[in-house]
Amino acid sequence: MARKKIREYESKRLLKAHIARLAGLQLPLNVAQVSASTDFVELLDNNPWLKSTKLVVKPDMLFGKRGKHDLVGLNLDFAGVEDFIKARMGRVVDMDGCKGAINTFIVEPFVPHDQEYYLCIQSNRLGNEISFSEAGGVEIEANWDKVKHLTLATLEELSSDKLAPLLSGLPLELRPKMEHFIKSCLQVFSDLDFTLMEMNPFTLDHTGQPFPLDMRGELDDTAAFKSGKKWGDLEFPLPFGRTMTAAEEYVHSLDGKTGASLKLSILNPKGRIWTMVAGGGASVIYADTVADLGYAEELGNYAEYSGAPNTAETYQYAKTLLDCATANPDGRPRALLVGGGIANFTDVAATFKGIIQAMREKAEAIRAANMSIFVRRGGPNYQAGLALMRALGAEIGVRIEVYTPDTSMTGICQLAAEHVKSFDG
Amino acid sequence: MAGFGQIFSKETQAIFYNWKPNPVQRMLDFDFLCGRPTPSVACVIQPGNDGGFQKVFFGKEEVAIPVCGSVPESTKLYPRADVFINFASFRSAFESTMEALQQPTIRVVAVIAEGVPEADTKKLIAFARANNKIILGPATVGGLQAGAFRIGDTAGTLDNIVACKLHRPGSVGFVSKSGGMSNEMYNVLSRTTDGLYEGIAIGGDVFPGSTLSDHCLRYQNIPQVKLIVVLGELGGTDEYSLVDALKEGKVSKPVVAWVSGTCAKLFKSEVQFGHAGAKSGGQKESAQAKNAALKEAGAIVPESFEGFEGTIKKTYDQLVADGAIVPQADVPPPSVPQDLEAAKKAGKVRVPTNIVSSICDDRGEEPTYAGVDMSTLMVGDRGVGDVIALLWFKRQLPKYATRFIEMCVMLCADHGPCVSGAHNTIVTSRAGKDLVSSLVSGLLTIGPRFGGAIDDAARYFKDAADRRLEPDEFVEDMKKQGIRVPGIGHRIKSKDNKDKRVELLQKYASKYFPSTKYLQYACRVEQYTLTKQANLVLNVDGCIGALFLDLLNSTSLFTQAEIEDIVKIGYLNGLFVLARSIGLIGHALDQKRLQQGLYRHPWDMVLYTK
Repeated sequence: MARKKIREYESKRLLKAHIARLAGLQLPLNVAQVSASTDFVELLDNNPWLKSTKLVVKPDMLFGKRGKHDLVGLNLDFAGVEDFIKARMGRVVDMDGCKGAINTFIVEPFVPHDQEYYLCIQSNRLGNEISFSEAGGVEIEANWDKVKHLTLATLEELSSDKLAPLLSGLPLELRPKMEHFIKSCLQVFSDLDFTLMEMNPFTLDHTGQPFPLDMRGELDDTAAFKSGKKWGDLEFPLPFGRTMTAAEEYVHSLDGKTGASLKLSILNPKGRIWTMVAGGGASVIYADTVADLGYAEELGNYAEYSGAPNTAETYQYAKTLLDCATANPDGRPRALLVGGGIANFTDVAATFKGIIQAMREKAEAIRAANMSIFVRRGGPNYQAGLALMRALGAEIGVRIEVYTPDTSMTGICQLAAEHVKSFDG
Repeated sequence: MAGFGQIFSKETQAIFYNWKPNPVQRMLDFDFLCGRPTPSVACVIQPGNDGGFQKVFFGKEEVAIPVCGSVPESTKLYPRADVFINFASFRSAFESTMEALQQPTIRVVAVIAEGVPEADTKKLIAFARANNKIILGPATVGGLQAGAFRIGDTAGTLDNIVACKLHRPGSVGFVSKSGGMSNEMYNVLSRTTDGLYEGIAIGGDVFPGSTLSDHCLRYQNIPQVKLIVVLGELGGTDEYSLVDALKEGKVSKPVVAWVSGTCAKLFKSEVQFGHAGAKSGGQKESAQAKNAALKEAGAIVPESFEGFEGTIKKTYDQLVADGAIVPQADVPPPSVPQDLEAAKKAGKVRVPTNIVSSICDDRGEEPTYAGVDMSTLMVGDRGVGDVIALLWFKRQLPKYATRFIEMCVMLCADHGPCVSGAHNTIVTSRAGKDLVSSLVSGLLTIGPRFGGAIDDAARYFKDAADRRLEPDEFVEDMKKQGIRVPGIGHRIKSKDNKDKRVELLQKYASKYFPSTKYLQYACRVEQYTLTKQANLVLNVDGCIGALFLDLLNSTSLFTQAEIEDIVKIGYLNGLFVLARSIGLIGHALDQKRLQQGLYRHPWDMVLYTK
């Protein structure tokens, strides 16, 4: 299970389509998406409603507080929307320390309103938590005491009785409609494997129909095998401000193609301590340890491989990582940590063969980067794997130090730090 | 999970869902190391299978583990097996786990698959809680009780198990998310304490079936566990239920804990680490906050992972000094014979191969025929002639040669429904037999009287031509030996009504072959035989035989010894068999398409005689 944020456009698209399918509710929602490559004429052809109503436009990139950054256009006609987007497409903004360029917008009908409601459905271990408030909107946090919550246990039906306390503050005539809406949203939530669905705020349009003004959604991407068809063509965008280097993107695509796990995040392209660690648990601990030793600034990357990738996959992975680790030689000593705990079933020799093949190929770059390699690993066939590593050092003229499971797992971090420090004095 | 203590013992038996030879073998090896009298796997479920067994080693002997076709069947047959080890894929893990939980005899289910949807896991959790059952996982390697029972691959190789003293119980209860780190920690515990009593990896998901605190509460109820060690991870709030349990005094045994992921603050935007649940999110889910909360609640928390080992050792030594722990004695493990596969990999034994093959290799990224990969064959203008050249002759032949091979295949593909091969195929197909039987029944007629003449023609022409026998000498010589010259003679064709196929081949060869020495020799033989009788023409077998000799000689790609070999071991007969298979398949299919009934030879077409 892995929760992935989706764009507001997708949340609304899915809500509109599936609330109609599951609950027969026809919401007055319309959404259009604009990216750098969007042809406005074509957009208009595909979404004729853009011509007939006043519009709202805002960036759709998984961050909030857009109004405060002059990123929301209200009550515009289509030409106004076009101008608004053109003036802001590509603009670099800083949202709480995450910098990134704006490249995706959502356009939807402008709905004048007085009342702003809050609705949030969130998955937790034992069920779903539903939160509702009549005082939604930008001040939700200030009004948090007005938000009412209920926890619905897994497999429990959402009854009117259960929901009643949440809606007790509403005028009587609104309650049936609101009850139906919340129940319907929960149906969509469950049927589509949402893990979070938040509308802050939603309102009732002039016909009295619920209309989400702002919406956030998260899906469980592991449910793709059963819900993927219902999701349709959907991307899981990276968190705002997080761009992928070509290497990261390549590893990401490798990861998608294999049953094993291959992860790479570059932290500092000029860092002098790099990691290539086996195991989800161990990889985090290696990064922790380098940071604890006072070398956080020098940590080049976070990397993890696990789930028994085959030799070819490990080779591709290691080659990409080595390219990054040796890309900025500066004469000063560097270290690569080929670490890991004691594997349960991953064949150490097989994965090491892939890494060794990559190291052999990149030997020149490794030498040019003045890089030493520290290896520590255990598990099936580790003796053979470590022996291969030992032999490689002499063969390619690189210092490769190899440690067995008799030593502490993170001991090589200290060695790497000392090695890097040796130059700094 | 209220009131749970020990969930495994030396008598525990498991039902293993979805046959995987390695983990099952590892479980039985562990059993043997622990001195268990019976294997820990009661049966294996292979969905849809009805019965049978799988062979596995139990120590030095092989045992048969029964196979069941469904979950209810397995629990009915093995009611004492209360652990269900589910190796189903993430797509089907939910259904099989739910079915297992519904069985009254099953108490613990371990779900190995990674990628089970959150909503599915939540349903499993709800059911397990309502029915007082335990789920381990999903996305876990499982767990083990030292000296008693092991789930699947937990703790890896036998060497590792012995090195970590897991074949006999120690005094430490351990729980973590990570399977890999569990194994690493078993190693650490073997260095710093008297070893593990029980260890569980709960899995890396956001909502594991059972939590760190669930197992700590169990360890509290197990008298043999004197020290609890916990390795948590950033993301989620599971550690806080342990904090609460500590604060409320529900866990009163000493707990040494560390939550990894303190590095998350280095990342500017949200990061998904290796485990699905390990996601940097709010402050409360950070490693720092959780370590602080655990420390405040009374757990012994080191400054860093580096300090974890030392802290465990210090705590353990103190417990021993206080008399709270009496260290468990070491027990020498029995030796388990090494598996051939593992010994081979480690270079400890050598085993002769059973088969040698020199024409192809299917081990790489794409199959190769005689070193030529599939892409090369598919993208160029290569044909089936090239494939035959590679797989039969182990080399690439020039275009004129492969084209000639293809012409031979085309010419020999069929010769009507009446010849013996086609006839047999038709009769067999009409008897309701399958395609392969029909084809083979036709092929079996190929031999000295039907279709086998190409090889012989080549052999005799080669021998005679190489010995420079004059055609008349050759023919008369054969006659003296009572052998009909193979490749000469036709039932219908004659001097003035030559076989069109032969003409086409001759025309092609004279245009493209660098030399046609053997064909010329065969023609001279024909000239002589035609003086004897008008139907003693060079037939298609003779022509192919002679031209093949020319092909082999003229390409200069074959040594004389190789040519001798090719003629001797029956390559050319192979060409006929291959070609005629095309026609025979056609006949077999034709009869089925036409829905022809059983063929019975009419009585009046048989001479009944004494």
